[in-house]
Amino acid sequence: MKRLTAALLAVLCLAGTARAAIDTYEFADEAQRERFRELTKELRCPKCQNQDIADSNAPIAADLRREIHRMLGEGRSDQEIVDFMVDRYGDFVRYKPPVTSRTFLLWYGPALLLGAGLVVLGTIVLRRRRVENAPVAARLSDQERARLDALLKSTFADKTSND
Amino acid sequence: MRRLILLIPLLIFLGVAVFLYRGLFLDPSELPSALIGKPVPAFSLPSVQDERTLTQDDLKGRPALLNVWATWCVACRVEHPVLNRLAEQGVRILGVNYKDDNAAARKWLEEFHDPYQLNINDAQGSLGLDLGVYGAPETFLIDAQGIIRHKYVGVIDQDVWREQLAPLYRQLVDEAGQ
Repeated sequence: MKRLTAALLAVLCLAGTARAAIDTYEFADEAQRERFRELTKELRCPKCQNQDIADSNAPIAADLRREIHRMLGEGRSDQEIVDFMVDRYGDFVRYKPPVTSRTFLLWYGPALLLGAGLVVLGTIVLRRRRVENAPVAARLSDQERARLDALLKSTFADKTSND
Repeated sequence: MRRLILLIPLLIFLGVAVFLYRGLFLDPSELPSALIGKPVPAFSLPSVQDERTLTQDDLKGRPALLNVWATWCVACRVEHPVLNRLAEQGVRILGVNYKDDNAAARKWLEEFHDPYQLNINDAQGSLGLDLGVYGAPETFLIDAQGIIRHKYVGVIDQDVWREQLAPLYRQLVDEAGQ
C-alpha cells in the first residue's frame, strides 16, 4: 500500500512537470493571447532543437516564454520580439529563417530542383513526340535504312536456307 | 555527349553523398553564437563572493575565458578541475554563476577551489539570456576590449583546450600585447 501511494505520488509529480509547458499567463485581451501562441510556435527552443518554445519543457524554453510574455505586456511588436531572440540566439531560433544569400538554397532549392525536373521531362516528351510524329521515312537515315535492309535480307536468307 | 548525360545521375549521387557524409561529423546541438564580434552585453550584477557590483567594464583589460556555470550543472563539475589547472597556468577565467543559489555556489568554490578572478551572480539568468546561453557549461572567449570572439558550448577538457581554445586565447594575448 505504501509503495502504491508512493508510486501514485510520483505520477502526480510527473504530471505536474508535464503540465509545466502550459504555464498560466494573464493576457490583456484575446488578441494578445493569440500573438503569444503564434510567437511561441514560430520560435524554436535552442536546447531541444526540434521543438518550438511553446512545446518544450526545457528551463530555457520556460525563460523565453516568460520573456515573450513580458515583452508583449510592454507593448512591443512581434518583429521586435523576434529580433530580440535572433540577437541572442541567431537565426537558428526562427522556424521561418529570413531570405539571405546563405538561406537562398533553403528557400528556393526545392523550386529550382522542380524546375530542372520539369525541363528534363519536357525535353524527353518533346523529343519522343517529334520522332513519333515524323513520317516513317524520316525516322531513319539513309545509312540506317541500308543496314536495316541488309539485316532483313540476311534473316530471310537464313530462314529459307534452313527450310 | 550522350554518354556525358548518362553520368549526370552519378554526379548528383556523389554530390549528395559528400553532403551527407559531412553531415555525419557535424554536431547540430552546437549553435554558432549570434554575439561573435559584439561586446559583452551591458549588465550590473552582484559578485558571488562579496557585495561588489560588477559591470561589463570589469571584464575588460586582458583577454579572458568567460565561463557560464552553476552548481546544478553536472557537467560543470567535470569541467571544474580543468579550469583549476588553466587558472594555475595563468589563464584569466571569469565566471557567470547562472541561475544558481548563492550559498551553494560559495560552498562549491570553497570545496573545489576557485579558478575565477571574478564571479558574476546571475541569479535571474538575465545576463545568461543576453548572452544567448541555452545550457551550462558554456564558455566565451573575450578579448581585452570585452568583445566576444569565440564561444564554446559544452565541457572544456584538455583536448578541447589544446586544439581549439588555446591557439585563440594565445592570439588574443598577442593582440593585447601589441
